[in-house]
Amino acid sequence: MPQLAGPTDPAADARWTNVQPRKGFFTDTSICIGCKACEVACKEWNHNPRNGDLELLGSSYDNTGALGASTWRHVAFIEQGREQIEEARATGRALVDLGMPGLGPPAAGASPAAAGSSSAAASSAIGPAAAGPAAETMLSGTPEMPPDTPEFRWLMSSDVCKHCTHAGCLDVCPTGALFRTEFGTVVVQDDVCNGCGTCVAGCPFGVIERRTDGTAAPKTKRGERKGEQPEVPNLGVAQKCTLCYDRLVDDQTPACAKTCPTESIKFGDREDMVALAKERVAELHAQGRTEARLYGANELDGVGGTGSVFLLLDEPEVYGLPPDPRVPTADLPRMFKRAGLAAAGMAAAAAISFIGARR
Amino acid sequence: MTASEYDSERPPELPGRGRRGGRRRDRPRPVGADGGREAPMVPEAEFTSYYGRPVVKAVPWGAEIAAYLFLGGVAGGSAALGAGAQLTGRPTLCRNCRLAALTSVSLGAVALVHDLGRPERFLNMLRVIKLTSPMSLGSWILSVFSAGASVAAVAEVDRMTGERLPLGPLRRVLRAVEGPAGLEAAAFGPLLAVYTAVLLADTATPTWNHAHDELPFVFVSSASLASAGLAMITTPVAETAPARRLALLGVVGDLVATQVMRRRMDPVVAETLHEGRPGTLLRLSEALAVAGGIGTLLGGRRRPVAAAAGLALVAASALTRFGVLGAGIRSAKDPRYTIEPQKRRLAARRAAGITDDSITTSG
Repeated sequence: MPQLAGPTDPAADARWTNVQPRKGFFTDTSICIGCKACEVACKEWNHNPRNGDLELLGSSYDNTGALGASTWRHVAFIEQGREQIEEARATGRALVDLGMPGLGPPAAGASPAAAGSSSAAASSAIGPAAAGPAAETMLSGTPEMPPDTPEFRWLMSSDVCKHCTHAGCLDVCPTGALFRTEFGTVVVQDDVCNGCGTCVAGCPFGVIERRTDGTAAPKTKRGERKGEQPEVPNLGVAQKCTLCYDRLVDDQTPACAKTCPTESIKFGDREDMVALAKERVAELHAQGRTEARLYGANELDGVGGTGSVFLLLDEPEVYGLPPDPRVPTADLPRMFKRAGLAAAGMAAAAAISFIGARR
Repeated sequence: MTASEYDSERPPELPGRGRRGGRRRDRPRPVGADGGREAPMVPEAEFTSYYGRPVVKAVPWGAEIAAYLFLGGVAGGSAALGAGAQLTGRPTLCRNCRLAALTSVSLGAVALVHDLGRPERFLNMLRVIKLTSPMSLGSWILSVFSAGASVAAVAEVDRMTGERLPLGPLRRVLRAVEGPAGLEAAAFGPLLAVYTAVLLADTATPTWNHAHDELPFVFVSSASLASAGLAMITTPVAETAPARRLALLGVVGDLVATQVMRRRMDPVVAETLHEGRPGTLLRLSEALAVAGGIGTLLGGRRRPVAAAAGLALVAASALTRFGVLGAGIRSAKDPRYTIEPQKRRLAARRAAGITDDSITTSG
């Protein structure tokens, strides 16, 4: 039985002999411009069919909705006013104050000169009062300069499969269709999956899904769907991001990271991605942007750390991410014990029913 | 935030829903406000979600899976009862339980295959033995159980038809192995009844995951009372004394385990067991289980009463399974049931001084 929880190298844990460095994304949402090029590049490279009926969802510029069987990158759009910006800054500051691992207020010399120059104007216009006195004391000596307008901001974030160290989908897959690659990622074998759907419930992030024909409702008439569409591949089979496994084996960058015009999506060895993420969050903190925080970089969390690391500017649930995910299989030994006890109880009840029963 | 000439065209913003954009805050709905039920202690909490969209995905399982949960339980319990009857010399009870076990496990397997996204690949379930996958272990339990149940039931059919099955020399083999086969099925019966509880609990679906300590007990109790109820329907009262006792044990177990499950579950998540259609099904199930139990206790030795009580018990078990499945799917579709308990447990750990295991870090 593989390790069910805690820090580990997933590829080695899956007993690969030619373990490759673990690959991952670092999605820096602070420089995402919401262009959705990643969504398009992903669809094109992976031949993913259309999702839904091209409707407007009424959620800012997000008309994709959520990750799913045919949507492996999803750009979230969140519009926030002053109150929410201040709240986000406060929750981020609370995280710093907690003394979370590997963090700390940036070292005195770390506050980059760029921070001072690029938005000195904004700093003088808004003043230290905007971020509150707590930030000022904690990050004493660093220039105070939130670059967003204090009135309004637009959060954009490209979500993707997390490729967890302990992947709920992979653990519960009964056919072995889901497997761990030598790069430490999690991939579905389309020709093995029989569409049982257990992985859909197993994922704490709501990523993997069983593919239907892509429409919300069954077609009733010919031509009712908008536009001519090619036939949907892999119907009835679980589908999710493969971290472009087919590109990785040829030493290529995944389609989304390759296309990202602002390098908001970075790709590389997970170790490097985490280091980059930590550098970036320290840089933002030094600029007084205490709302910046990392998601998935901690290998002590409920899924053993994620392959896809994110820099967020608000609480995870604002982006539709779970605030404290835990891989369900971590509790499996306990569940088996309880189930064994219950089964023994049932057998005992049946035995008692016969012993001494009236003829 | 913006001023344009079209602002006058905007509809007035609703009071209390003034905030725009992705942050949607919902106050917990008052529970028990109708005064009809006990109001659980729901902590006051606000939560934010992404346009009210679910965080986890609801499993794509339909009524077939609920039916399978029920039928698997009936099959497992029937095999156990059949083995008891076999060992204590109750031929009619033994025959009926063996037939019930094979019938229900067969129907259940058909339901299971039908619910697959690619039914033609159902044999891939036996491609690997995977200890971390309750579905994989369950498939093997189902297969091994079915083997024993089939042999035992075919032997009964052969006897019922006056040895007219074209078995030839195999008949002697069948007679020799039917006893051990019945016992083998009985050994795997409780496992067949219980593994589905682990299958549900080992997911990120809030209601099932939060019930992981109690759901196995709910499921084996439900399986016991259903199989005993079925035996009370099919078999004359002279031979069903053990079934009646098992039914009573099942009813008591079911009521107790369900109560404990509700009380120990996160109070917000427990709402899903009370509200909506799943809540109605579970309340009805409880009422039927009580009615069936009382009927068994008071009139179990009169055939019509026993049959009616048995029917109530069978229905109670089916409703439990449909209710639990529905409650889980409901809990996955509302982000509140994912976000609120997670935020609470994270805050509790932080308050206890554990600050190193959060997925969100400041660096």
